[in-house]
Amino acid sequence: MSQVTVLKQQDNTQDRTDEAKYNFYKTLSDKQIDLAATKIETLQINITKLCNQTCLHCHVDASPKRKEQMDLDSINRCLEMLASNDSIKNLDLTGGAPELNPHFDYFVREARKLNKHVMVRHNLTVTIDGNPVTGESKEYLPEFYAENRVEVISSLPYYQQYFTDKQRGKGVFEKSIESILLLNNQGFGRKGTGLELNFVYNPVGAFLPASQESLEADFKRELYKKYEIEFNKLFVITNMPINRFKQQLERLGAYDEYMTKLVNAFNTTAAQGVMCRSLISVSHDGRIYDCDFNQMLEMDIVMDHEPMTIFNFDYKKLLNREIMFGSHCYGCTAGSGSSCGGSTA
Amino acid sequence: MEYYDSKDLKRFNEVGDFSKDLMKKFFDYYNAAVGQDGALSKREKALIALAVSHVKRCPYCIDSYTTQCLESGADPEQMTEAIHVAASLEAGITLIHGVQMHNSLKRNGAL
Repeated sequence: MSQVTVLKQQDNTQDRTDEAKYNFYKTLSDKQIDLAATKIETLQINITKLCNQTCLHCHVDASPKRKEQMDLDSINRCLEMLASNDSIKNLDLTGGAPELNPHFDYFVREARKLNKHVMVRHNLTVTIDGNPVTGESKEYLPEFYAENRVEVISSLPYYQQYFTDKQRGKGVFEKSIESILLLNNQGFGRKGTGLELNFVYNPVGAFLPASQESLEADFKRELYKKYEIEFNKLFVITNMPINRFKQQLERLGAYDEYMTKLVNAFNTTAAQGVMCRSLISVSHDGRIYDCDFNQMLEMDIVMDHEPMTIFNFDYKKLLNREIMFGSHCYGCTAGSGSSCGGSTA
Repeated sequence: MEYYDSKDLKRFNEVGDFSKDLMKKFFDYYNAAVGQDGALSKREKALIALAVSHVKRCPYCIDSYTTQCLESGADPEQMTEAIHVAASLEAGITLIHGVQMHNSLKRNGAL
C-alpha cells in the first residue's frame, strides 16, 4: 500500500469521525428544521482555480500554481442555462481570480446581454499584479466593470494592514487600497452611480466574526478617513472549517474548540437563510453542487446514478433535490449566519 | 497539581455547586454588565475587561477576553493600547504612593 493511500485512508477516517461528532443532520432533526431548496436564483461558477494570491484561509486552495480553467464550451452551456431559465437572475463568478480565465470578459459581456445581474468575486490585487502565468496586464478591469455594470465583491479582511496582510499575503493591503481607489474613480461605491462595490470580511483566525453592522460602520469610517474610500456594503462571513483553514485549525490544535463554538452558536433563523436554498454552484469542469464549499469537498449531487452537471442540468429535478449537508455547514448557521452575501439572520 | 489549566475555565459553573442561587445572581449580573451593548459597545467593554484581566493577572480572563475582543471587531493594536492603559495606571498608582512616602518621611523628620 502506498504512502499516499495510507494518508488518504487516515484522512477519510478522520473526516468520518468529524462528521459523526458534529452531525448537522441531527441538529436539523432535533430542531425540526427542513432546509429544502426554495428556488434557483443564482448561478455561482468557479471558472478558475488560478489566482495571483495564496491566501491563508482560501477554501478553494487557489494559487498561482493552479491550472484548472472552465473551457469555452462549458461557458457557452452556462450562458444557455441562463438564457433559458428566467428564474436564474444572478451570475456570480468566482475562482481563484475569475478574471484569470481567458474567456472571462466574453462571459461577462454575454451574460449582461441576457440582462442578468453579474457579480464578480474580485480580489482587487489582480488589477495591479496581472496574470501570474502570462504576465498579461489587468489594469483595464475597473473600466470594464463599470462599462458592464458588474457588482464588484472584494475580500478585504480589515481596514488596516496587519490583519489583511496576515491573511492574504505581504503587500496585499497596499495594493488593495490602490485598486479600490481605481474602482472609486470609475464611480464604484460612490453615491448616485448605481455601481456597487461591496467588501467581504472574514476573521483572520479561529474566532467568529463581529456583527456586520458594527464592522461595516468601522470600515466605512476608517477607510474614508484615511483614504477617502467609499463602498456600499460589508458582507461578514464565517471561516469554513474545510481545506486550508481546517488544516490551520488542526495545526493550532483548535479544530474541536472551533467546531464546538460553531455548534453552540447554531441559529435557527440564520439556518433558514442559508444560500444553498437559492443557489447552485458550478465547478470549472461543469459539475453542479449545492454550494461552493460542497464543491470543494467534492460532494456531488447525484441524480439517476450520474453526477449532475451543466450538460444534464434539469431545473425541476434540481429544485426538488435534497441538499447535502456536512459538519462544515455549522459555519453558515452560527451566530448571525454566513453566506456569500454576508449575514443571513 | 496543575495550576491555571485553561480547561478549568469551562468548569466555572462548578463554583455554584454549593450556592446555586448566588452563582446565578453573579452570572446574570456579569452577563448584563459585560455581554451586551449598552452605553458602551461590546467591543469597548471587551477592551476594558482585557485591561482589567492583565491588571488582575488572570490567565483565564486574558484568554477569554482576547477572543472576545477579536469577536467584537477589535484588532491587536487596540488591544495592546488597552493593556498600556492598564500598565500606565498601575505605574501611576505605584508612583502616587510616593506622596504617602513623603508624608512618612516628614513624620520621621527626614523631609
